[in-house]
Amino acid sequence: MKEKTLSVSAIKEGIVIDHIRAGQALKIVRLMRFAAEEKRVTIGLNLKSQSTGLKDIIKVENYFLTESQAAQIAIFSPLATVNVIENYKVAKKFQVQLPETIAAVLGCPNLRCITNAEKVPTLFIVEENNSHIILRCKYCEKLFTRDEMREKV
Amino acid sequence: MASVIVELKLAMKNTLAGRDLVSITDLSKQEIELILSTAESLQKKIRPDLLKGSILANCFFEPSTRTRFSFETAMLRLGGSVISFSEASTISSKKGESLYDSIKVIGNYADILVIRHPQEGSARLAAEATDKPVINAGDGANQHPSQTLLDLFTIRQTQGKIDNLNIALVGDLKFGRTVHSLSLALAHYPVRLYFISPEILALPESISQELKKKGVRFSFHSSIEEIVPKIDILYMTRIQKERFSEVQAEGFVNPCLLKKKHLEKAKSNLKVLHPLPRVDEIETSIDDTQYAYYFQQAANGVPVRMALLSLLLGKI
Repeated sequence: MKEKTLSVSAIKEGIVIDHIRAGQALKIVRLMRFAAEEKRVTIGLNLKSQSTGLKDIIKVENYFLTESQAAQIAIFSPLATVNVIENYKVAKKFQVQLPETIAAVLGCPNLRCITNAEKVPTLFIVEENNSHIILRCKYCEKLFTRDEMREKV
Repeated sequence: MASVIVELKLAMKNTLAGRDLVSITDLSKQEIELILSTAESLQKKIRPDLLKGSILANCFFEPSTRTRFSFETAMLRLGGSVISFSEASTISSKKGESLYDSIKVIGNYADILVIRHPQEGSARLAAEATDKPVINAGDGANQHPSQTLLDLFTIRQTQGKIDNLNIALVGDLKFGRTVHSLSLALAHYPVRLYFISPEILALPESISQELKKKGVRFSFHSSIEEIVPKIDILYMTRIQKERFSEVQAEGFVNPCLLKKKHLEKAKSNLKVLHPLPRVDEIETSIDDTQYAYYFQQAANGVPVRMALLSLLLGKI
């Protein structure tokens, strides 16, 4: 069996979000508020991936995600997989699925949108157009690509 | 007896009672048809007591003449009452009150609210703030659905139908909210659309994608003259001054000015529409021709808004 060197050290309990589109890991950490919850988070950027060339990876110790929570990740990285780790082993593995909507965590890039003027939770409807992910603001109805999105401050 | 049957038919179909009208995409084709036929019957015969006892709050956070007056006229013609403000400086938002709070309070006074606000998405937020029906009368560059409904009403009135018409939309197709909403509403019907604009003010990709999805046939053109002989409706819009200067700066000749000579080869049923105000997009000499219909179009704002108020209030 071929020896594999792990770029990021293994964890005992928690989750490993793998195959994240390169460059998206920090966005996901902010979006999921991993840092704010004082969890121990390890991030790998631009790691080699057999399938996608370069990838990012996030490990969060003593933390678990439901599939619906994980769906938020799909906006920035639709091919990401979530590995649930128990006692250093992968107990469960699933691919993230696009959610129908994203509530509250993203800000509307349209500065003329009312959500940037009033204290109101945002809501984006997720649509797929020719395999591109498009987000439509419930309020101003404008369409945005995921690269235009920013986390709500 | 016949009119009683018509009214019963309308009442049975009213799925709009208690609803908001924020975006034209909130309406199904059947609901659009219901509004148009209700407007037609109220235009033929006004019912002066239909909305007696109901109060409309006209909430205009930015100026408007046609829209505000026509909603007010519609309510008064049907026996209802109107409370209103016409600029934000006269109400508590000047003191820092949120739009959400303002609308929540006004919703406790009135039975139905009409809102115009400079920020996009404001009408959707207003609709969430109150249980009373909210009609969007323009939220920034986003939506103005009652304008679209009166445009559809006028098209049907002048041609006797909407199906199978050739319709040209001219002007600022990039930023013009009336063009976006009207195109999406027309996508419910089998129509052929022609879009004419300076290149830098062309229709946004998102709208043309939506039209393609719905199977609408459309094409882009750079002059009015070339398509005039083919069309039944010529829908003109204004290019705002600041956009126009961009066009001029790049050395373009504005292809969106309609001159009388352009209409020489027009079909006899052609009608020219415009949401107004007009600046110089339509030569005034066209006003007296059989083709001009923009002033009647503006007058149609009243029956269409009468229909909307009656249907959303569940009174018809």
